[in-house]
Amino acid sequence: MEQLGGTVIGFSNANVTSIQKGESLWDTIKMTEQYADVIVIRHPLEGSARLAAEAASIPVINGGDGSNQHPTQTMLDLYTIQKTKNRLDGLHIGFVGDLKYGRTVHSLVIALSHFNPTFYFIAPDDLQIPESYTDELFQKKIKYFKTADLNRFAKELDVLYVTRIQKERFPDPLEYEKFKGIYRVDEQFLQNVKKDMKIMHPLPRVDEIDKSVDNTSHAAYFEQAANGIPVRKILLALVLGRIK
Amino acid sequence: MARRKKKGRRGKEKIRAKKVIQAPKEELKRELKISAIDEGTVIDHIPTDATFKVVDILDLENHSGIVSIATNLQSKTIGRKAIIKVGGKSLTQSEVNKIAIVAPDATVNIIKNYDVREKIKVKTPDIIDNVVKCSNPVCITNNEQVPTKFYVLKKDPLKIKCHYCERSMGKEDIEII
Repeated sequence: MEQLGGTVIGFSNANVTSIQKGESLWDTIKMTEQYADVIVIRHPLEGSARLAAEAASIPVINGGDGSNQHPTQTMLDLYTIQKTKNRLDGLHIGFVGDLKYGRTVHSLVIALSHFNPTFYFIAPDDLQIPESYTDELFQKKIKYFKTADLNRFAKELDVLYVTRIQKERFPDPLEYEKFKGIYRVDEQFLQNVKKDMKIMHPLPRVDEIDKSVDNTSHAAYFEQAANGIPVRKILLALVLGRIK
Repeated sequence: MARRKKKGRRGKEKIRAKKVIQAPKEELKRELKISAIDEGTVIDHIPTDATFKVVDILDLENHSGIVSIATNLQSKTIGRKAIIKVGGKSLTQSEVNKIAIVAPDATVNIIKNYDVREKIKVKTPDIIDNVVKCSNPVCITNNEQVPTKFYVLKKDPLKIKCHYCERSMGKEDIEII
């Protein structure tokens, strides 16, 4: 926002706001819109961004609501796929890691479903993609496969979207211990993939992509992160009516 | 003449145990009688597993009039069913809407002077406003005072999706507010 010439009023900690005094999200938004032209909200509760959008008369951008959605990440993910693969249509896309709680996965699956993809959901049963998403894919007649084995469809993939097993999303720390480090994309894995297969990751990563992958032509995750800046700038300019 | 007619209608209110599947032979001869009500509401075609959800929806534990509940009755349309008769109570539209969610095949009969005055087939709405609690503990509706809203994805078996957190819920997860 500052690079666009705007200013930011906000807070990184809700404890310094009236939320601490028990103010509702609705009221916080009603107050904030008096001072701002656009609201960007990242909130741990699912559906918070939608409620904020209902409360506000100014544009609201969802910067991530719990494990539900992360639409701006999806926009930069789509941009990265278009840039690195020169197309969005008809791609074979794998998702690996925490597909249950991974909001970037949820949003990207819905967005890519408009481009005739084939999906490969790679996760243990307990972290598999929620049924509501596969129901939607079934209705749209989109082909998808579920597996716990990272290598099973390695040769098919045009893009592999890797996600972190998110410690903070597990209600039980013991459950996290069970799954951490379960998948690792490394040079050995890359021996079985298409030459132009791209690896993406919403970052931060822990140990799911080995550092040795960074210098290969497969790594697209730092470019992906960098794409976040122009994409989010454009989004702000669009909702503020500065570009059409 | 009129008196005889009334008696006949009362007769229709009897539910015969004869029709219950696998009842012991001696019991087949018996007859389960649920007394007719002169004023009130009869809710028929309730799936047996939803019987007490309907009781909760109508808050019948605190109802001062007659309440008769018969369950595990044979039904041609839904297999086994329950019937609830509530004396001295007319249902509100909100109550009918709630019943539609747990008992989509139910019929609501309005009884006046022992006569069925109106028969309403409940209808599952396309959007359910402020009737069902979201099963997702981290949904905004469970943490702020927000009326819930669900879209009906499938009517039979019922599947609904939260407007806010987008989580879908099956019949077994449904809790009425």
